[in-house]
Formats: sequence, C-alpha cells, structure tokens
Amino acid sequence: MVRAENVYKTFYTTHKIEALVDVSCQIDKGEVVVIIGPSGSGKSTLLRCLNMLEKADKGHIYIDGVDILDHKTNINKVREEMGMVFQSFNLFAHKTVMGNLTLAQTVVRKRSKREAAEKAMALLKKVGIPEKAGSYPDNLSGGQQQRVAIARALAMDPKVMLFDEPTSALDPEMIGEVLDVMKALAREGMTMVVVTHEMGFAREVADRVIFMDEGKVVEVGTPEHFFRDPTHDRTKLFLSQIL
Amino acid sequence: MSSFSLTDYLRTRGWRHISIILFFVMMVAVIGGIYFATQKVEYVWRWYRIPQYFFYKDTTEIRSEIGGEVVSLVPKGDQVEVAIRGVDVEEVYPVPAHSLKVSKGDYIYPGDILGVYQKWKVGILLIGLWITLKVSIIAVLLGIVIGLFAGLARVSKNPALRWTAITYIELIRGSPLLVQIFIWYFVLGTMFNTLLARQGMSQLSPLWYGVAALAVFAGAYVAEIVRAGIQSIHRGQMEAARSLGMTYPQSMGYIILPQAFRRILPPLAGQFISLIKDSSLLGIIAVRELTKATREVVTTSLQPFELWFICAILYLILTFTLSMFVQYLERRTAIGG
Repeated sequence: MVRAENVYKTFYTTHKIEALVDVSCQIDKGEVVVIIGPSGSGKSTLLRCLNMLEKADKGHIYIDGVDILDHKTNINKVREEMGMVFQSFNLFAHKTVMGNLTLAQTVVRKRSKREAAEKAMALLKKVGIPEKAGSYPDNLSGGQQQRVAIARALAMDPKVMLFDEPTSALDPEMIGEVLDVMKALAREGMTMVVVTHEMGFAREVADRVIFMDEGKVVEVGTPEHFFRDPTHDRTKLFLSQIL
Repeated sequence: MSSFSLTDYLRTRGWRHISIILFFVMMVAVIGGIYFATQKVEYVWRWYRIPQYFFYKDTTEIRSEIGGEVVSLVPKGDQVEVAIRGVDVEEVYPVPAHSLKVSKGDYIYPGDILGVYQKWKVGILLIGLWITLKVSIIAVLLGIVIGLFAGLARVSKNPALRWTAITYIELIRGSPLLVQIFIWYFVLGTMFNTLLARQGMSQLSPLWYGVAALAVFAGAYVAEIVRAGIQSIHRGQMEAARSLGMTYPQSMGYIILPQAFRRILPPLAGQFISLIKDSSLLGIIAVRELTKATREVVTTSLQPFELWFICAILYLILTFTLSMFVQYLERRTAIGG
C-alpha cells in the first residue's frame, strides 16, 4: 500500500538538518502502523513526505504502486486517496463544519452538493458531533475540531489515513474522544499511519510500531516485542523515559 | 441616595463632558480664527456665487438666419414650428411654445430673435466631480485586478513570476506618481497615439492614460497588501487543502484568498482613498477632474477661498462614502456573521 525506499530529506535553515537518512518502511493494506520517537527524530517529516507536503530529496515512495517522486505523477490524484490529520487541526476557519466537510468532495470528487452533504452528515454522526454541522471551527473545542478534521479527511473515501500527532495539541480530557474515533477507524480495517506519543494507543491498536531516532528507522516490530523486549538500547532508553 | 458633589461629578462623567465641550470650543475657535483673518485681509465671502458652478440656467436664443415674413405657426407638442418665407427661400424653425417671441404676419430681419428660453445645465464643478469619480472607480477596479495578479505572482515559487512582480512593485513604489503620470502621457501616450494614428485609428484621450497611471500605481501597493494578506494566513490552511487533493489554484481560490480578503480590507480601503486623492494630479495632463475644474473656476470667478473649501469637501464626500462602504463589507464578511 505504502512503501518508502531509501528516502533522504535534508532541511537547510540556519544550519543543515538531516531529517531523514536512508529511511525505508512498508505499510500494508489494512495495517495500523504507529511511528514513535523523540522530537526531532524525523517521524513527522517521514509522514509529510508520504503525501508530498515535503518533497523527499532522494529515494522512492510508492503509494498503491505509484512512485510519487516521479515527475510524471499527478500528486493531486495521489492525495485524493490519502487523508491527513494535522496536529493543529487546520480546519478552514471561514467555513462551517459542514462547509469543511463538503468543499473538497464537490471541488475534487465532483460530487453533487446533496450527495456531499449526506456523506458529511453520516460522518459527523460517526465522529459523534452531528449537532455541530452549522458551527464555525472557532466555536468548537479542540477535541471536536480534531474529530471534524478526521471526518473531513474520511469524506474523500481515502485508502490510507495519515495522522500527524493528532492529540498533541489537545487538553488531556479531550484526547480520549479523538483516540476513540481513531480506534473505531482501525477496527473497520482502515490503513493508518500514525505519528503519536500516545503509547497506550500504540500498544492497543498498532499492528506494528516503527521507532525512529535522528532521522533513521531504529527498530520495527509488533507492540508486544516493542514494549516488552526491545532490541536496541536507544529504544530501551526512549521507552524508559516516557513510560 | 448619595448626595451629589462636584468632586463625584468630576470623577465619574465630568472630565468626559469637559473634554467634549473643549473639542467644540476648539473647532469654533479654528473656524472663527480663519474667518477673522480673512476679514483682516478684506476678503469678501460670496457663497451665493457658488451654486452656479453646480447647476446653472443656460439661456438659449433661437435666431432667424433669413429675412422674411412669418407665414405660419404650427403647434407640434410643446413646440411651435415657425415658418418664415423670404424672397426665394422658406425656412422652418422649431421654437418652444412658451418662449415664442413672434406672431403671424411679423416681418423678420436676419438675426432676429424668434424665441428665448432657459434650461438647467450641470456646472463645471459637478462635471469635475463626475470625472474624478469615473477615473477613480475605473482605476480602483483595474488596480484590484492588477494587484491581485501581481500579489499572487509575488508569492509564487516560480522565479519568472516572482521576480517580474518584485521588479514591477519596486519600480512603481520607487518613483513619484507625478513622474509616472508624465511618463504615461508624454512618453507612452505619445508612442501609442502615434501608432494608433498610423493605423488610421482615433487617439486615446488623456483620461485613459491618467486611469492607466493611477491603476498601475495602485496595483503595486495592492500587490503588497495582497501578499501580506496571503502570508498572514496560517500555512496549515494551504497544507490541509492540498492534502485533500485540491490543486494550488483551487486552494488559493477557495481557502486562502477568502480568508485573506477580510484581513486586507482595511489597508485596501486606505489605498483606494489615497487613489481618489491622487487623481487630483491628473489635471496636469489636461484631464478636467475636480481639482482642475476648481482651478479653472477660481481663475474666472476670483473666489478662491469658497471654491477650495468646496473642492476639499467634495473629495471628503467621496472618500468618506468609500470608507463607509468598506466598513459595511467588513461587517458583512465577518466569520459567523
């Protein structure tokens, strides 16, 4: 479904930052993969490279067999099939919840307004806030905003969902409601790539866990392997710091 | 019930009231001071002479071109057709019925008056105001279009677009508007009109070169306002739109620009108020807008004090209306409103 091969990414800001160094990984259909690691380890960069919000310098990234780094690939077509959820929600501030959910459906998927609205309403019910359809994002709590953001991504019927630290900007009491939506999604068999610090979620939902540090994939394994008996010292140190 | 005292009054509302009174006292003092000064230089205020520059009664005389006898008066609607038969010619003049000065059988000499009537006409100041309004509206609309595209080019990743926009903006902002108007009219205008003449086409009037100068000038400032507006929208909005499969133009059109629009309204209004005022420079290339019209009236009427005040007030009416309209737009486009 998603395959990255020997991906490199370097940022040149005030100094050179090697965000990704020879990263390879694979996510199969229906799999939930959680990427963890200390901040600055390149996990968000890897996720953003998967739908070209960042362009990888070198390597290959295949989405459904299509190499997205190939110049001939229409990245918009690839992104239609990939939902993304951001740490800071990024709901469209000038549109209502309903507007947020229907816009891309009508503009990109060319659905009728009515069809889009029905789809949007069904998804709002699914994430538990159908009564907020007419509200503007500013009038929602963080947890509600993030659930709307998930619904917005799902409205496009994506084959893969990418989550970039979806709960990091939330107050603690709101983390649960967002994780519940994500867990339900995982149970339905959605292919998911999740960057998170929620170890409980990783342990409970993930099929595999990828541990990254300093731009490299250090260790890949099942949650059982990962949390009981990690191989690498760096992983052990990280887990001891956060658990 | 608490007893009322002066200190209580001063502490609560008193100072506010005193400040308001002070404001009006100062205003009256300034106006009175100006009036007193004009009395000292023996200026005679003649406000009654001003209305004629807005509307005036124009007297029209209908004169016969031939000599002869009035042979018939045929009423047609509110006109009367006066037929005059000379030695070997007969001519018919339509004259408004109420202004008729001749009757049947009268003998007319060439140049005699057949009828006199008066008609209300629009005065030069009002025509000047209209030209200013017309120039400003066209230049504002063109300025928005130019500024929008230049602003989008300015934030583009494509160097050809970005550098073109930067060059345009820096060139325009770096030279005086007056000089630009001269270049538009005397350089570009001369070249273009000569080319038009060679093709046998009619020439463009100075007004259009003036409009072009103002629009291109305003466009450069609008471009910077648009750029700042676009860049003030959080990066995440664009990323979210793109991640949903929307193209860059779609994301700009549906997500970024509508949000930027509300933020750029106040500076945009300021820019267009400047443009209305800058249109007063167009008199220099013989566009008879409000300032040029006022200058012409001043030279003939010798009433500069009244006329320049009137001129300023007319500009104020235009700019104030615009700023009210923009405030209305701001309320209309407020999120959730």
